[in-house]
Amino acid sequence: MADSKSLLNVSNIETAYYGRLTVLRGVSLEVRQGHIVTLLGSNGAGKSTLLKTIMGMIPDQPEKGAVEFAGQRLNGRDPEDIARLGIGYVLEGRGIFPELTVEENLRLGAYTRQSGTDIAGDLARTHALFPILQERRMQFAGTLSGGEQQMLAIARALLMRPRLLMLDEPSLGLAPRLVAEIFRVIAEINRDGTSILLVEQNARMALGVAHYGYVLESGRLVLEGPAKELVENPNVQELYLGVRGELSVKGYKRYKIKRRWA
Amino acid sequence: MALLGQYLVGGLATGSLYALVALGIVLLYRSSRVLNFAHGDLATFATFVAFTLLTTFRLPFTMATAGSLAVAAVAGAAFYLLILRPTRDATLLGIIVITLGLALVVNGAVVQIWGTETKVFPFPLSDTKVYHLGGVVISQVSIGSFLAGLVLMGLLYLLVQRTRIGLAMRAVSQNLVAAQALGIPAKKIFALTWGLATALGACAGILLAPVTFLDPFMMVDPFLKGFAAAVLGGIDSMPGAVLGGLVLGVAESLFGGYVSVKFKTTMAFLIIIGVLIVRPEGMLGREYKRRV
Repeated sequence: MADSKSLLNVSNIETAYYGRLTVLRGVSLEVRQGHIVTLLGSNGAGKSTLLKTIMGMIPDQPEKGAVEFAGQRLNGRDPEDIARLGIGYVLEGRGIFPELTVEENLRLGAYTRQSGTDIAGDLARTHALFPILQERRMQFAGTLSGGEQQMLAIARALLMRPRLLMLDEPSLGLAPRLVAEIFRVIAEINRDGTSILLVEQNARMALGVAHYGYVLESGRLVLEGPAKELVENPNVQELYLGVRGELSVKGYKRYKIKRRWA
Repeated sequence: MALLGQYLVGGLATGSLYALVALGIVLLYRSSRVLNFAHGDLATFATFVAFTLLTTFRLPFTMATAGSLAVAAVAGAAFYLLILRPTRDATLLGIIVITLGLALVVNGAVVQIWGTETKVFPFPLSDTKVYHLGGVVISQVSIGSFLAGLVLMGLLYLLVQRTRIGLAMRAVSQNLVAAQALGIPAKKIFALTWGLATALGACAGILLAPVTFLDPFMMVDPFLKGFAAAVLGGIDSMPGAVLGGLVLGVAESLFGGYVSVKFKTTMAFLIIIGVLIVRPEGMLGREYKRRV
């Protein structure tokens, strides 16, 4: 796996909202074919902005740097064109169509595909992966629970047969049992050959499935490495895994995290 | 009793045309949150195009109608692509001003090309030939336009609810960003919606022309009524637009028949005010909730 080909290449991008508010300051990142890459970081670090920049969803951005997918430059393209190149994007907060049925939502996932490409077969596989969606086929998507909506959003993106699946905080607001379920599905999707870029706050789960990881803080990448190494990293352990810390109350009060990368 | 039936039938015939106008307005509002104040004038323009095709080029009625609808669809799509898309970051008010401006431009063009004098629209159905149905007198035109209205509504329903392109239209209107992320070509879908809505307005114009005669301001009143019908039914509901149009048409006809013809429009708007006090979202509209 280590020498597999590069699929997504983000080099040195800077993104600003409204042309003034700079959110990403020179971020470079790579997703290799067949890998799960996770992007960690706290609220407001710029994780979602990075995904939106890749999808071309922020007008006239990135200001600097380049985004390349499978050898094609993505800068300046419309989001729908970028999606058609083979990037599935599951938005934060799910982004389903609430007043369409579950089945209609899924059919829209295959909207761009030619009719001959075994959509029915993929739909059956999707239902095997998420049995609950078959049960709820005729229900409006807006009536599903949060976890079911998340599964619907992932299933819908999979029906595009993407080469790269980008997930924006799939575990957000879900019960622990469902979080485990979602991560099981993510690992399974990856086993079938889809590369994944996973933005998460749940660092423990994310590093558990990922091959490689990046840590983003205030718009800058501060750390990167194979997931196994990141789990061992004392800074990651303190800040994202909550492993170490002071035990006495007095010590805790005086305790201040020293980030060695900052 | 026969008189009541007469008023009801007349009201339904007018109401179905209001419903057609309302459907065009609702279609655009649902998909792009734009209130199109040029809807009536674009319809007038298309009706005049049909008039020219019928009289100058002597085309048969069906072909003239087809030509007029095609011109309307292209005009609507072009308006979206050339003007509204580049200005899509403008505020709601700004966009309303743009559509008002377009209304004036189109109206000016119609006056310039065809003049202001009233013309008779050669319609294949007669206004004077009438049928008697159990004491109720119905003109051929009324039946024809009512049926045509029903057929158009049915076709629109099938298109939006039963086809792939309709599914994409609904997806784009519910969650634009998610639709784009799935590779659905939002720009094309919007352009198509504009073309469709404008063609629908053109249908209403052509069906109205034999009743109101042709002049550059023929759609002013029907447009306002259609707009009112859309609000009455719920501005984001297509069944609401149909119901609103029919209710408005019947209410107007009854009031005009039993009370006063002069104030029938006033009465229609009083009804709208009354309904909106009780149900601010309109008869079939959704309750106002911020969608997250």
